[in-house]
Parts: sequence; structure tokens; C-alpha cells
Amino acid sequence: MIYEEVTSGSRTRRTLTGAARVLFALKIDGPLVIGLALIAAFGLVVLYSASGQSLSTVLRTAARFVLGTAAMLLLAQVNPNFLRRSTPWLYLAGCVLLLVVAAAGHVGLGAQRWLDLKLFRFQPSELMKLAVPMMCAWYLHERPLPPSWGSLGALAGLILLPVALVAVEPDLGTAALIAAAGALVIVLGGLRTRVMVGLLGLAAVGAFFGWNFMHDYQRKRVLTFLNPQTDPLGAGYHIIQSQIAIGSGGVFGKGWMNGSQAQLEFLPERSTDFIFAVIGEEFGLLGLLLLLSLYLFVVSRAVYLATQTQDTFARLLAGSLALTFFVYVFINAGMVTGLLPVVGVPLPLVSYGGSSVVTLLAGFGILMALYSRRKLIGS
Amino acid sequence: MPAVRIKDHWREQRLFDQRAIVCAALMALATLGLIVRLYVLQVARHDYYSDLSQGNRVRNEPIPAARGLILDRHGEVIAGNQPAYQLELVPEEVPDLSDTLARLVALGLLRDDDVDELERTIESSRRFDSVPIRLRMSDEDVARFAVRRFEFPGLDIKTRQTRFYPNGALAVHALGYVGAISEQDLKHIDRASYAGTALIGKLGVESAYEHELHGVNGFREVLVNAQGRSVERQGALLAELHTKAPTAGGDLVLSIDLKIQRVAEAALAGHRGAVVALDPNNGDVLALVSLPGFDPTLFGRGITAGEYNQLQSDIDRPLFNRALRGTYPPGSTVKPVIALAGLTYHVVDPEAHRYCAGSFHLPGSSFIYREYHNEHHGAVNLDDAIARSCDVYFYGLANEIGVDRISAFMAPFGFGALTGIDVSGEKAGILPSRDWKQKTFARPADRIWFPGETVSFGIGQGYLTVTPLELAHYASVLATRGHIWQPRLVRAHRDPRSGALQPLAPVSQGEVPGVSAEDWQRIVHGMIGVTQRGTAAAVGLHAPYVFAGKTGTAQVYTVSRTEKYNASKINERLRDHSWFIAFAPADAPRIAVAVLQENGGAGASAAAPIARKVLDAYLLDGDGKVKPSS
Repeated sequence: MIYEEVTSGSRTRRTLTGAARVLFALKIDGPLVIGLALIAAFGLVVLYSASGQSLSTVLRTAARFVLGTAAMLLLAQVNPNFLRRSTPWLYLAGCVLLLVVAAAGHVGLGAQRWLDLKLFRFQPSELMKLAVPMMCAWYLHERPLPPSWGSLGALAGLILLPVALVAVEPDLGTAALIAAAGALVIVLGGLRTRVMVGLLGLAAVGAFFGWNFMHDYQRKRVLTFLNPQTDPLGAGYHIIQSQIAIGSGGVFGKGWMNGSQAQLEFLPERSTDFIFAVIGEEFGLLGLLLLLSLYLFVVSRAVYLATQTQDTFARLLAGSLALTFFVYVFINAGMVTGLLPVVGVPLPLVSYGGSSVVTLLAGFGILMALYSRRKLIGS
Repeated sequence: MPAVRIKDHWREQRLFDQRAIVCAALMALATLGLIVRLYVLQVARHDYYSDLSQGNRVRNEPIPAARGLILDRHGEVIAGNQPAYQLELVPEEVPDLSDTLARLVALGLLRDDDVDELERTIESSRRFDSVPIRLRMSDEDVARFAVRRFEFPGLDIKTRQTRFYPNGALAVHALGYVGAISEQDLKHIDRASYAGTALIGKLGVESAYEHELHGVNGFREVLVNAQGRSVERQGALLAELHTKAPTAGGDLVLSIDLKIQRVAEAALAGHRGAVVALDPNNGDVLALVSLPGFDPTLFGRGITAGEYNQLQSDIDRPLFNRALRGTYPPGSTVKPVIALAGLTYHVVDPEAHRYCAGSFHLPGSSFIYREYHNEHHGAVNLDDAIARSCDVYFYGLANEIGVDRISAFMAPFGFGALTGIDVSGEKAGILPSRDWKQKTFARPADRIWFPGETVSFGIGQGYLTVTPLELAHYASVLATRGHIWQPRLVRAHRDPRSGALQPLAPVSQGEVPGVSAEDWQRIVHGMIGVTQRGTAAAVGLHAPYVFAGKTGTAQVYTVSRTEKYNASKINERLRDHSWFIAFAPADAPRIAVAVLQENGGAGASAAAPIARKVLDAYLLDGDGKVKPSS
């Protein structure tokens, strides 16, 4: 028994135990929520500086956190069996919405990503970040694992259709994340190592051909990634300035609101995709290590929760959600530090804008729902 | 037939756990890679990136140093600095550009023709940079704008320092001027040290002493953002930054005495010509006049094309520095040195008389060399020949000495060479010789020196040419009986803060060799005769001091043998140039002067009176008495 009735002991102990009971009743995982809250709080502090001291930016982001938390709490209450049964419909709806975007989507930022719902603008690709791993987990739920060749083919189709639709928007970053979320389900499902190696080989070949179908700006990003100095004022500018910001921050940083690269706007996209560099500049290596520790804590906790679930659907989905979160962090940090090409992936829970905060928190809500009902499902 | 597989939940759980462990290990590896990367950026290469970041945020804004003043020998300012007003516009603060410009045209502050061009310039500028739209505003313009300033958001009047010459064109050919830095200038200055400097010395003292006058510009570090806009404060960043104050340029004290300069310019006013007055005891240039001149302020405030073309195309060539660069035949002013050569080479007995019947011809030649105005001097000795400027005497004397000896003797007096005055642009006249002719001419027939050319040489005609500066230098050497001083315009540096003077030592160029004191005295006596009973007797009349002089008349137009020179009949610009050299007091000279009046006719009538005025101005006090030597 984890939550035993405590009638004696210190007041602190009684309070904590009481809080644990409330969280249990709400299907909320305390450590996970605390980790997320710390990241969010740090993020808001950084965002105030990174946005050029824009309080409205901070408030708008805080509002999104409220919305995301509501989604998380709500989804945590959902019965996993219901979730599993509705997965195909969700996936189908997502694909339809993507087609609608492709056909009539609102043109924003030079790419068709948005669906204007009058009240707010909605990115169906965000929905697919959840729907694709759910669909993969749903598909594998009834089937024996490791997946057969036939299953792999079907899964490939289920993943690639929405990925292709997102990629042509064009939104390479999100497409990659959706593909990663789906692929992680398959990997966790027990994909054989030799098949994995083979697929990686195929991916290399695919990349070669994909090159020929890339937009100019996408190709430029890849080339600039390989050698940022070739185009210091063009496509390489982002990456050079972000490395200057991080490098000049040193171990202790220049101090909050004291980063000249960020404050004087040498760092582009300072409050969105490149906010990692602002942290590096103003809070130094220590700040980044703190942030990375928080992320690792959240990911570890989420992976642990995934291992505790008891049916295939729950396990694969929860594992994929946990690992995808890490992929987000790694891709963003990698691109800002110059390890990876610049693809538009925001730093989860810290970058300003987009519906990704809501999607991420919703994902954690699902994860908690799966974990908290581990006794109700399964064999 | 494939084996039927059934779901094994226990095995699947184990498989999942294995995979989760592998993924966790991969994540740890990836995180480690990230941390290594961060270590490289933030620790190993921290200094490198710090420098780059510093380079991004800071811009050095130059603070121009105040240009040194130029003073005359008594401390009167000849060139100073003055604020000039200009109208500037910050594009992003102007609500309606076209309307604003139109209203400025209506106010008379802009010309309608300039508006299109201005609009283009403004639109191509950065939105936050101040763009000058009207330079050189008069006080009236400033006042007109000031009362309506509130109607023009984004516009302001800014001041900048410009060069100011309180006396206008006075001494301009000695001073030179400052103007905008040209491509040509950029080749020989250090661009970095001129950042922020708008004007540079172009000629004369302003150019020759540019290094001293310019000073050292300071700078101020300014916080700039990615667009290059300077910001006071951004986030917690402040523009705390370093400043280095400029070091003002050094002041210069000229040897020029503005009082003498003014008298000389007034005396020559209305004519083309030059006056150079030297202190024979140290080479100080007391006055350096070349007329007509121009107002140097025009260039400092930005000369318009129209103004420049006017100066360029003026038939009187106001931009031409006659004193330093105009070469003219010296005419009879060379007679004292020819006489001195005759004495030194023992060719002539000073007391022996020669008979002047108004003309001279070489043995074996029918060519007749005539006396100026066909005068008949009768029997003249050396003293008379100088005083009355007898051509026939010097035709014969020159012929007897011979061209090479004359040439060699004249060289130490500075003929045919630069005097070495401390400004650039000086030209040298020609001191002819057999050797010179051999080197100069291309055709063999032209390379031969004809005996007749020596004859003309004796009266300062033919190939011999001088600049007014060279001739003043020569007068100065005669005055000191052979001491040669290099002429100089700057006699001291002055510290702009303390006012402490740092005098420059005069530069001696040695002495004229081999001339006896007795011979010097004979020549000076002849030159005193010029002003007392000779060609310039009218000018020397009632002078309260004894002075030595020599007239000269340089032919511009060759009159044929049968024709009579009639000044009134020929074109004014073909008339003879009028020369006069003098020094005073004759026994202990304090000033030597050369005056040239282009097309002034005979030396005695045009140039000599000007020289007398200069001598009077320098030597006499208010009561007309000779000032004691200082």
C-alpha cells in the first residue's frame, strides 16, 4: 500500500499524506506535476527577459499553461479503455483536418499550418503528435509482439500519411516529431534490432531522395548546419548568433535581462525557437544544466510510469509520450547549440507561442490516466 | 506455414522494459553529448564568444578633436573654429515625409529641385539615423525654423564645428584652406584616426601642418542593437561604456605679420600679382600675398559646384598661387647679382666706365640689343649701371663673364631651386646654363647655347625665370650680404591648453661663398642709388630710412626691332610685368621684399610704390619714425 491511512505522526507528514490522497483521487502524479511546474516557472522567468520584458507575452503564455493544465487534468480522468476505443476516430479526424488544411488552410508564416476556427487558430498537426502514437499503440495492442512484417507495413502507412501531409505544409520539424512519436511506439513494441538497422539504412537512402524534394530554405538549413560560416548574414546567422550567445554566457551567465545577444536582438527568434540560447547567455552553463536536469527528471519519471502500466496500448503510448518529450528537448537544444540542423522545434514548455504547450500537457494527462488506472485494465 | 503467434503479456512486458532501458541509456548518451557541446561553447571557447558578443554590442563613435588654431606672429587668429548649423531629420520620427519636405520648401529652407533627391536619400537611410537635409544654415534660417520647430517632429538643428577664417581671403595663399576629405586624401591618411573628422587641410599651412593641427580624435563606446541603433538601456543592460576624450590639435604661430599682410594686400588690391616679405635674419615670411585670392571659408562650409566653377574659370585665376608657383622672367632685378659675379670673378673694374648709346651688339653679329625705352645713359660705371639700370652695361658684362660662371654664381642665391619653404606646392624657376639647355631640349639644334642668350641673361630675360618667393629670397640674401635662411611660415607651436610657445629654430642654409665684404658693399651702394637717384628715386623720396632696391621689367610681349613699345597701345595682358625688390634699412636690414605686379609695366611705376608701403608699414611707428629694432 502506497497511500496508507495515517492518523498519527507530525503535522507535516499528515499534510503531505493528505495532499497525496487528493492527487490520487485526481489521478495526478505528484513528482511529474512538480517537475513540469518547475520547468514552466523557469520558462516564464526566462521568457520575460527573452521577450524584451514583455509582460503580455508572459501572461499569454501563462494563460496557455492554464489551458494546458486543464486539458491535462481532464484527460487524466478519462478511462484508458475509452481512450483506446476512440483512438481510430481521433486519428481519422486528424487526417481529415490535415487534408482540410492542405486544401483550404489559412496561409500563415509562408506555410499552410493553421486552421482558422474564428475563435482561435488550431494546428491539426499538433493533434497528430498525440493521435499518431495512439494509433500505433492501438494497432499493436491486439497483435503479438515483436510486430510482424505485415504489421510494420501497416504501421508505416499509418505514420507516413500524416507525416507526409505535415511535411508538405511545410513543417519539417513537426513532421519529424510525429514520425519520431510513431516510430518510438514501434521500437518500444520490440522491433528487432536487425530490422532497425535495416530501416536506418533505408532512411539514409530516403534522405538522399528527399533532398531532391526539399524546399530551398530547407536545403539551405541543412547546408548551413554543415557549415554555418558560409552564410554568416543569411541562413547561418541564427546559428552563429546563438552560439555566440551561449558561449559568451560562460559558466555563470551574464545575469537575468543582462544578455546582450538576447536583449539587443542579435539573437533571432529569441523568445521562441532559440530561447535555449537566452538561458545559456543569461544563466550560463549552470542554468542550462539545471534546466536539463529538470527535463531529465520529468522524462525519467514518465518512463517509470510507463513501465508500471499493464496493457500493451498503455505501455507503448505512455513510453512513446515520455520519450518524445526528450526528443523535443534534444532536437531543440541540439539545433541551438549547432549539433543539429535548424528545424523549427520549440523548447518544450519554455518557448513562446504555438499550441505545443497544450499538446504536451495533454499528453502528460493521457500518461497519468494510463498510469492511474493500471489496476483497472490489462489481463 | 508461419507459426501461429499468440500474445504473451509477460514476455511483452519484459521486452518493453528492455527497450525502455536501452532508450534511457541512449538518452543519457545524448544528454552527455549535449553537455560536452555546452562545455565546449561555454567553458573552452568562452573567451572567443565573449569577444564576438562584445563586438556585436559595442560601436565606437568618434569624437572629433578640435582643430588647432592658426595665429599670426602677434597672436591674432587667422584660422579658428566655429559651429555651423545644419538641419537633420530622423526618418522614423517623421509622420509624413513628403508633407514635411513640402512645408520646408514653403518655408524657404529647402529648394524644390532638391526634394526628390532628398527623399531618395532619406528612404535609403536607416530609420533611426539622423540624416542632414540642409547644410550651412544662416542665422536667419535657424531662427525661421526655430519658431516653427513644433510643427516638424523628427527634425532638429544640429551644430558641427567648421573652420572659420575671420579675415576672409587675407593671406589665403599662405594659409591654404580645409575641405571635405577626398579620395586622394584618403590615400595618405590613416583612415582610422580620421573617423569622425569631416575636414582636412588642402593647401598651404593647413595642409603642410595637417598632422599637428588635426589632433587625436577620441571615441565613445555606444551600446547598439542588431539593427545598429544606439540604445541607452535594454533589459538590464546599460550603456556604461568607455570614453576616450579627444586631444585637441596644436596651435600654430605663423611668422606672418597680419599688419604687413594687410598693407601689402591693400597696396596690390585691384591688380594681379604677388608680394613676399621676409625677415632676412631668420627666413620668417612676414607677408605672402598672391592676388586675386578667394575666401577659404567657402571650402570649409562645403563649396557649391557653381562657386567652384566660378573660381576655376575666372580669367584672373584666383586659385593660382602666384607667390609660390608663378614663374616670371625677373628682368633687371638680377642686375645686382650679375654685377656681383663680375666683381667676384674680377671681370669688371667697378670704377671703369662703359659708354651706353642705347644699343648693344655682339662682335660679328648684326643683332641689336636695345636699351629699355631706347634710353641713352652715356658713360656709366658699375654703381650707375645698377642705379639707372643700364641694359647696355650688363649686356656687355654678362657676355664677358659667360653663362656658366653666371649660372654657377647665382645658384647659392636660390635661383632655379626650391627655397624649401615649409608648405608644399612651391615651384622652382629656371636657372639656365649650357648644361641645362643640353638636358632640357630634345632637338640637337635647340641644345646649343647661343652667345646672344648670355646677353639677354644679363638683364634677366630669356630662359631665366623666378617665382616671387625666390626673388624675395634673393633680396634677403643680398640684404644679409650672403647669409641664406630657409623661408618659413610657421615660427612656433603653441600648446592649445597652456598657451606655452615652442619656437622653431630658423634653418640656415649657409652662406654665398667667395664674395668679399667690399664687393657686397658696392652692390648695396648701387641698390641704394636706385632709390635715391636711380630708377626708383621717386619712390624713395623722403623715406626716413635708407633702403636698397632694384626695379625690374619683364617682357611678356616681344616688340619687334622696328616697333616701339607703347604700353597704351597693346593689350593690357600683354604689357610688361613690373618687379621691385628691396631691403631696409640698407646697413642693417630687417625686412626684404619682392613685389610683382603682372602687366604693371615698368618696375618703378607699379611695383616699387607697393614695396615702399610694405617697408613703411614694417619699419615705421605711428608717427612716421623708424621703430627701434627689437
